[in-house]
Amino acid sequence: MIINVQEPSLEAHNLTVIYHRKPVLWNIDFSLPKGEIIGIMGPNGAGKSTLIKAILGLAPLNSGYSKIFGKSLNEVRKQVSYIPQRQTIDWDFPASVTDVVMMGRYPSLGLFKRITKKDREIVQQALEQVNMTEYANRQISQLSGGQQQRVFLARALAQQADLYLLDEPFVGVDASTEAAIVQLLRDMKNEGKTIVVVHHDLHTAAEYFNWLVLINASLIASGPTEKVFTDELLRNTYSGKLTVLSQVGDIMREQNFPVREK
Amino acid sequence: MTSDQLIGFFLLEEPNVQLVVAGTLLLCGMAALVGCFTFLRKRSLVGDAVSHSVLPGICLAFLISGEKNPIILLVGALVTGLLSLILMEVLTKNRLTRPDTAISLMLSFFFGLGILLLTYIQHQGNAAQAGLDKFIFGKAASITEADLRLFLYSGIIITASVTILLRGFYLISFDEDFARVTGFPIKFLRLALSVLTVWTVAIGIQAVGVVLMAALLITPALAARFWTHSIGRMLVIAALFGMISGYSGSFVSYLAPAMPTGPWIVVMATFIAVISMFFAPGRGLLARWNTRSKNREKTLLENILKLFYQIGEKSGQLQGNILEEDLLNNRAFAHDELRKGLKRLTSKNLLESNLLTYRLTNQGLQEAQRIVRLHRLWELYLQRYLHLAPDHVHDDAEAMEHVITPEIEAQLELILGNPETDPHNTIIPPRA
Repeated sequence: MIINVQEPSLEAHNLTVIYHRKPVLWNIDFSLPKGEIIGIMGPNGAGKSTLIKAILGLAPLNSGYSKIFGKSLNEVRKQVSYIPQRQTIDWDFPASVTDVVMMGRYPSLGLFKRITKKDREIVQQALEQVNMTEYANRQISQLSGGQQQRVFLARALAQQADLYLLDEPFVGVDASTEAAIVQLLRDMKNEGKTIVVVHHDLHTAAEYFNWLVLINASLIASGPTEKVFTDELLRNTYSGKLTVLSQVGDIMREQNFPVREK
Repeated sequence: MTSDQLIGFFLLEEPNVQLVVAGTLLLCGMAALVGCFTFLRKRSLVGDAVSHSVLPGICLAFLISGEKNPIILLVGALVTGLLSLILMEVLTKNRLTRPDTAISLMLSFFFGLGILLLTYIQHQGNAAQAGLDKFIFGKAASITEADLRLFLYSGIIITASVTILLRGFYLISFDEDFARVTGFPIKFLRLALSVLTVWTVAIGIQAVGVVLMAALLITPALAARFWTHSIGRMLVIAALFGMISGYSGSFVSYLAPAMPTGPWIVVMATFIAVISMFFAPGRGLLARWNTRSKNREKTLLENILKLFYQIGEKSGQLQGNILEEDLLNNRAFAHDELRKGLKRLTSKNLLESNLLTYRLTNQGLQEAQRIVRLHRLWELYLQRYLHLAPDHVHDDAEAMEHVITPEIEAQLELILGNPETDPHNTIIPPRA
């Protein structure tokens, strides 16, 4: 079940990523619609985060390419906002909540332009949207997990992008933050933004996402949630039917074989 | 050493003293500035390896040029310093070694090579080589006018670069992936930071030597971090701390010319860092101890008040006179702690002492009621929503009651619907 769309927000063609000679993603090929909340799901180690990173040029591609709004990443960087996993960041960093959200303005400010009143207003508004205004001057090391996630979301909002990629935004956050984030994502969708979320909780998947991408090293399914969220496809994704593939990967690694004949 | 000489040092009367002081201030200040980013990017050890790696470059530059022209030596230092950085990167990136191994390998290799070259030069019998060994431990007293000019220009360029590129350096130190996705020139920024670092190191070793240079990068940054949460202030404070260490180090070097300057600067910088660790507000140890002992006292006082209320509940006289012994019989207080607490409460006008007995004042009763109320509300909450058995909720509530704010109290009331009794069926006192 792989459904392709016309005028996709994000498309991947034959994406293959190999880490230390071990294939993490095999030949991923999909296109995603605009203006939806899209979930990327799969078991642990399925390459969910790697997929986002590969699309954003943060993981080395061994083959294939991706396009955003029909263009290469370099042409549309300002329209793209990435929210990394909260745990990958050192939160004991000399920065206030406002400092971090202001980083969302950096892409349009570049290295040298001065921060204007307009930028400050955008930052303030982003803080309001995630309900963190009263923490504006708080040092980021004093925030709870949920508050950190809200700050990251505010930073993304301040970017005023069109495509948002969130890597596991609900890990380690409290229930009220999760609900607030979901509501915010829906508001963003209603404004025509496209949101791609790496997510691992099957219980909430059907409720949160309009479109689902199921992967387990290779693409299992991509399509509207009601078509993809089926027992059979989920079983395919979450059962270990890919053991042969990973065995081949192991042999390639041991014998130092290239995964692609170039 | 007469007092005249001392005053002379502080007033910078002698031209040589001016030279040395100006030189160390400059290079310690810029090392601290650049070091802030080494520190924030968690590359302290890389800084150490780079510092050691500039030694062979200096020796090679001397061997090739045959003179101690500071600019030529600087170029040599830059070359091997950067080479070592690149090699570390290559080793780690291709997974030939782990990062810590790569750092250690490059540090020892380049330093070893430097010592070899230095020994070779010394045995060559070239008179111009005298003083090259100062690069190992540093000797501020040997700073010449030509050196100072180089320091000044370097200082201006480095400070200006950090100021201009501050936004980029700040972003890659905090979240490099984000910076890369948004199209910031990551490669350029990293290269710029590397060049600035190696450059600073190449200058700084004049005063502290390659062995201790890393301390000049890291220690002022570490100390500054204790005092502020803002990057701008951190840079200024670090530079200031660096300069104070440099000044005091060169002072010692002036008093005892045989003493190496570097170790003294490092000792002073470390001293400042230790002071910061203890006394900085908020993050310092003293502040932490203070908070802890305040929390302890709060807990003690609240527990005593609660006990007065509980005994009063049983006797039917909430403001009855109570003996110290009765209190001890009802709860395992340490005797001297209890005494201290009673004294504090009396001075706060929450208790009234009467010979051997104490009773709650009106104000004390109110406070005691508040605490008992919070305790029982919390017990009820734990039982209802966390499904804890009534005989398990007490200990949790005991710890929590001291931190519940009025807002949380209001929320509890709302959730629980203004209950009248707790899980043990005792009455929850109403809100005052």
